[in-house]
Amino acid sequence: MPSQKSQANNPAAFTRRGLLAGAAAYAVAFTASPAFAAMSSRDAVNHVSRLVDDIFKVINGNANEARRLRAFEALLLQYADVDIMARSALGAAARQASAAEMRAYTAAFSGYISRKYGRQFSEFIGGEIIVGKASEAQRGYVVESTARLKGRQPMEVLWQISDASGAVKIFNLYVEGISLLTTEREEIGLLLDQSGGKIGTLTERLLRL
Amino acid sequence: MGEKMTAKTRLARSAIMRPSWPRIGVAFGLALALQACSEPAPGALAHDPFEAGNRRVHTLNKEVDTAVLRPVALTYDAITPAPADIMVGNFSSNLSLPGQVVNRLLQFDIPEALKLTTRFAVNSTFGIGGLFDPASDLKLTQERSTDFGETLHIWGAKEGAYVELPLLGPSTTRDTVGRVVDIFLDPVGAVAPRDITRLKTGGFVLDRIGDRADYDAQIEEILYHSPDSYISLRNAYLQQRRAALAKDRSEIIDLEDPYAITEIPSE
Repeated sequence: MPSQKSQANNPAAFTRRGLLAGAAAYAVAFTASPAFAAMSSRDAVNHVSRLVDDIFKVINGNANEARRLRAFEALLLQYADVDIMARSALGAAARQASAAEMRAYTAAFSGYISRKYGRQFSEFIGGEIIVGKASEAQRGYVVESTARLKGRQPMEVLWQISDASGAVKIFNLYVEGISLLTTEREEIGLLLDQSGGKIGTLTERLLRL
Repeated sequence: MGEKMTAKTRLARSAIMRPSWPRIGVAFGLALALQACSEPAPGALAHDPFEAGNRRVHTLNKEVDTAVLRPVALTYDAITPAPADIMVGNFSSNLSLPGQVVNRLLQFDIPEALKLTTRFAVNSTFGIGGLFDPASDLKLTQERSTDFGETLHIWGAKEGAYVELPLLGPSTTRDTVGRVVDIFLDPVGAVAPRDITRLKTGGFVLDRIGDRADYDAQIEEILYHSPDSYISLRNAYLQQRRAALAKDRSEIIDLEDPYAITEIPSE
């Protein structure tokens, strides 16, 4: 994706040769990445299990809320493909944004997501998430899990995992059928409208949410 | 969630309402008529031709939550011991079982209908009128509840338009018709003494109050921290409802491929 942006900024790239070279680079990048072995369903399950363990270490630790939320953001950056999630949530507007705007927006997005979802993790104290099996799905696997929280019906949480970025990463999750990406596409779209379509204004709003 | 929704219809129950098949026929006809005039735009998450009216109802519902439901729920939660809260839930859910059995039969799901019937029998007797749930220890568990909205779905009715109902919250035209029909279909309403139906309504209201407290963090996020609470509630409800009615998991998974953009060189 960064190469797309540099091409767009450089008029010399708008030649047939430039495009062909770009296509060749993509071909190399995509055939080269499975060199470190394609992800197995076991890798996908392990990835989610490790994340769940790390989340509970934070939840059951004695850090205050601000530090907990920062710890969740570190986990998000470690386990999830935040670049692709941020870009997908922004939708078509991502194509008009400059590389610098995208970097600032992506950083704001990761903080926003961590705070928004992290605030709800306080209810997980005394609860557990049981990780189940993985099944093949678009771009990789879907890993099933069940969240058992005190005094609640069990909730089904699905994690969508891919190694399309070159590493095993989560790129979406579904809590009782509610997709994070579908939800955020709508929410970010609304915030962008409310920001007059300006990515800079949207980024500032995300930092305050 | 579905459990509460079935039970929720009991709020609308009144003494004049008694089951009658002609009325069910009228309601079913209404469902089809409503559906005929509403086709969703392709690709859009929600089909919402009644948005203006829905938004007025949403404003009212949110005011009720802020002024009444939230404070009452948080107080109720603080003063009610957890076992009592669980008993209220058990009681309310047990009395919703006969209506669910009828729906499972209408869905041609005989095994589930038999299981729910046994569950009702066990919990009503050994569970002391449904206050306890010994049936779950006998593996007579219920994963999620059903309602006439789901029956209509299985019969092939489409979801229809999004509706936000006063006090009852988000729904669709299909599920709203389902709620009305569920009132007539409920054997408890037809045969149980008035005192039982009153208790059922009371149990349902308390259960709802308990749920408002249990799901406080999520409800707060949607109602008070989102850029547009109407849209957030609508999206959450529709996704969750569709997932609950989905036959298998592949229907839940987002069809949009976020990695597609990495492969198409931008112009």
